[in-house]
Amino acid sequence: MLAVDGVSKRFGGLMAVDSATLSLHPGGIVGLIGPNGAGKTTLFSMISGFVAPTDGRIRFEGTDITAEEPHRRAERGIGRTFQIVQPFAGLTVCENIAVGAYLRHAKRADATAKARDVARRVGLGAELDRPAGRLTVAGRKRLELARALATEPKLLLLDEVLAGLNPSEIRDIIPVIRGIRDEGVTILMIEHVMQAVMNLCERVYVLAQGRMIAEGPPAVVCADTRVIEAYLGHGAADRLKAEGAAHG
Amino acid sequence: MTARDLIPIAVLTLLAALLPLVVTSSPVLNFLVFMLIVALGAQGWNILGGFGGQFSFGHAAFFGTGAYVTAILQLRYGVNAWAGLVLAVAAGAAVGWVIGFLSFRSGLRGSYFALVTLAFAEVFRILANAASFTGGAAGLLIKLDVHPANLQFADRAVFYWLVLALVAAVLLLTRWIQRSRFGAQLVAVRENEDAAKALGVNSLTVKLRAIALSGGVTALSGCLYAQYFLYIDANIAYGSWISVELLLAPIIGGVGTVFGPVVGALTLHGLGEVAKQFAGRIPGIDLIVFGGVLVLAVAFARGGILGLLERLRDRGRGMVTRGPKEVSHAGR
Amino acid sequence: MYSPQIILEAALNGLMTGAVYALIALGLTLIYGVLHIINFAHGALLTCAMFAVWIAWAWLGMDPYLAILPLVPLMFVLGYGLQRFVIGPASHGDDGNILLVTLGLSIVLENLLLAVFQSDTRTLDTDYSFQVVALGPLLLSYPRLIGLGVAVVVTGLLWLVLNRTDTGKAIRAVAKEKLGANLVGIDVPHVYAVTFGLGCACLAVAAGLLMPTFYVNPRIGGAFVLVAFTVVVLGGMGSLPGALLGGLFIGVVESLCGLFLGDSLGQIGIFLIFIAVLLVRPTGLFGAKA
Repeated sequence: MLAVDGVSKRFGGLMAVDSATLSLHPGGIVGLIGPNGAGKTTLFSMISGFVAPTDGRIRFEGTDITAEEPHRRAERGIGRTFQIVQPFAGLTVCENIAVGAYLRHAKRADATAKARDVARRVGLGAELDRPAGRLTVAGRKRLELARALATEPKLLLLDEVLAGLNPSEIRDIIPVIRGIRDEGVTILMIEHVMQAVMNLCERVYVLAQGRMIAEGPPAVVCADTRVIEAYLGHGAADRLKAEGAAHG
Repeated sequence: MTARDLIPIAVLTLLAALLPLVVTSSPVLNFLVFMLIVALGAQGWNILGGFGGQFSFGHAAFFGTGAYVTAILQLRYGVNAWAGLVLAVAAGAAVGWVIGFLSFRSGLRGSYFALVTLAFAEVFRILANAASFTGGAAGLLIKLDVHPANLQFADRAVFYWLVLALVAAVLLLTRWIQRSRFGAQLVAVRENEDAAKALGVNSLTVKLRAIALSGGVTALSGCLYAQYFLYIDANIAYGSWISVELLLAPIIGGVGTVFGPVVGALTLHGLGEVAKQFAGRIPGIDLIVFGGVLVLAVAFARGGILGLLERLRDRGRGMVTRGPKEVSHAGR
Repeated sequence: MYSPQIILEAALNGLMTGAVYALIALGLTLIYGVLHIINFAHGALLTCAMFAVWIAWAWLGMDPYLAILPLVPLMFVLGYGLQRFVIGPASHGDDGNILLVTLGLSIVLENLLLAVFQSDTRTLDTDYSFQVVALGPLLLSYPRLIGLGVAVVVTGLLWLVLNRTDTGKAIRAVAKEKLGANLVGIDVPHVYAVTFGLGCACLAVAAGLLMPTFYVNPRIGGAFVLVAFTVVVLGGMGSLPGALLGGLFIGVVESLCGLFLGDSLGQIGIFLIFIAVLLVRPTGLFGAKA
């Protein structure tokens, strides 16, 4: 459904993303992991249309969307959340979500109904009339999710929706994400909380210094020498292996 | 829109319509008409600045275009005044769209947008002041020919009712915007443009629609100004005074609200008159008050007068136990 | 057509007027560069300074150039106070609010002057108001030549203050990284107010240089404020050398447009440049950073 083909982004002298390739099939949750500064968010921004790639192509359901505006991609069914939450602070929770719902429902009553429905699903049912600016961090994360969900996406890009949450909040939100997948939405998520990645993702891509260095089931990828070294530094894999042997 | 949305507008309009039956003095009626014309133009500013968050410092560009189009069409081409009014609105919308297209395409926002609108208004002012087509520095005088077909009425009250009806119509338009998809998207762009785009909002189109509507409404007020006072020149029609008036009223009254511009225009000009009564002949005293009120409003009443009232009401009800208001998301 | 000599003379005269524009823009761009705000009251503050020069001449018999000396600290204090006690607290740190507060201030100042001085236009005359200096076949206005010299010197002084003094270092630190500067113990509101004061002090110099050949009325600031904005945008928001170059350039453009298009259309060149620069390259022609 999504094919990212040799996409690169150069910021001045910095190669933020260096010919990354990624492909998604409908259904399921795929993770995108990698150390800080690996270019994950930049890659997301290119998929959702906020950053134009220097090189490479992006196709969605067979159509080349490399040059399309973000709102056109949202119409096609690509939803995204932002790593740094971006609520419409002056609006209520319901109004926030309704902006997303308006994409497929022109009538106010329909959009509002849709917004309420989505709010309940992500656990914001009790906060509908609160100003978005007054939500807790966890509440704002849910709001990001709800707004994107209200656009009825086929592909949902989640940028660290778990970051900044405490363990019990994470435990609460994981079933919500799973629920979204079960309804047939394909999810690509950037995540640092490895426990959640192991738990949720069928497959993960690993991005390090702008390059895609590994891909596969989470358990396999996490044992990959290149991945360990990307996170922990050169030679770390050998040391870990040695330590493992010593303990075993 | 529901009855709840319409009733306040209808009631207030009817009450205002009764005024000329009580007040018959010409200076007072002149004052009321002028104030309503400012309120109308300010309603135009509010669509773009209040709901869209794009602060224009040059709405004189639209006001003046409305005034000049209607005057020139009548004087040079003998076009009927009512048709001139419609064309003036169209011209204002078109000018708005063009300015918007140029500025929004270049990604101008905030202070930069404010400055570029100001510069556009100045360019228009200089051109209108220099070109013989627009009457140059001497300005244009619309011939006095009292007849309803010429939009000139023997009784001032009729013009008052006409302007009032148009103000009411724009109140309805604004209420509709607030309740529509377009309005929700416009406010979303104001609050956070990137987030809006990610939700499928075409921010350029939304802003262009807003500036065209805004330009059209403000041009309407300029057209009425020319039609009522029958004289314009570049410094009146495209002068910075009107840009300032049109942005002051919504900010004082309550920016991004339906009634804000009208409340603001009423308050400002009311205060201005009071200041003139007290200070007598000191020139610029009303403007000193305007400027002071603007600073105070920004410092202490960010939602303007309507925002203050709402806060007072909430305090009266006891903010702490503010329960889930069933329709509060429906807007202010 | 005009002879090359007339065109050259117009260009040189423009260059000299431009120096004063540069001085006005210098204050504006300094304030923008540090506070990241557009000071709409800049024009009205200039008018205040010009009236002060006129008063010094009319009531105290003081030479306008000499009046600059006491006026610089006065304008500094006025600017410091306005930012510290009015603009800063009233705007809650929001861009749109600052624009509105400074707009409100400019309306108040302008009309206070109107209330006190009425709308009459005032001039002052000195022995040297109409003196000219012959430069080969060209005749150049003596006071304007002084203006050019002083503007260049003041730009240099300002640069020295910013780069060689502790206060200057604090100002630059705040301009670059407000939060970090705050963390290392720099009093940010104080630095903001000092910067605003310096911007206003530039206006004192500009007023002293303008008055021998120009006139003042309560609305005169408006004529300068858009020109100053144009210079600032052209030179790159926040850039001192940009303001100097931009001011000189705009002075020449205005003078030549006035020569070819006539007085009433002369200023239009400035605004068209302003719009074009904002639309095409908001970082300015001379501002290098993207």
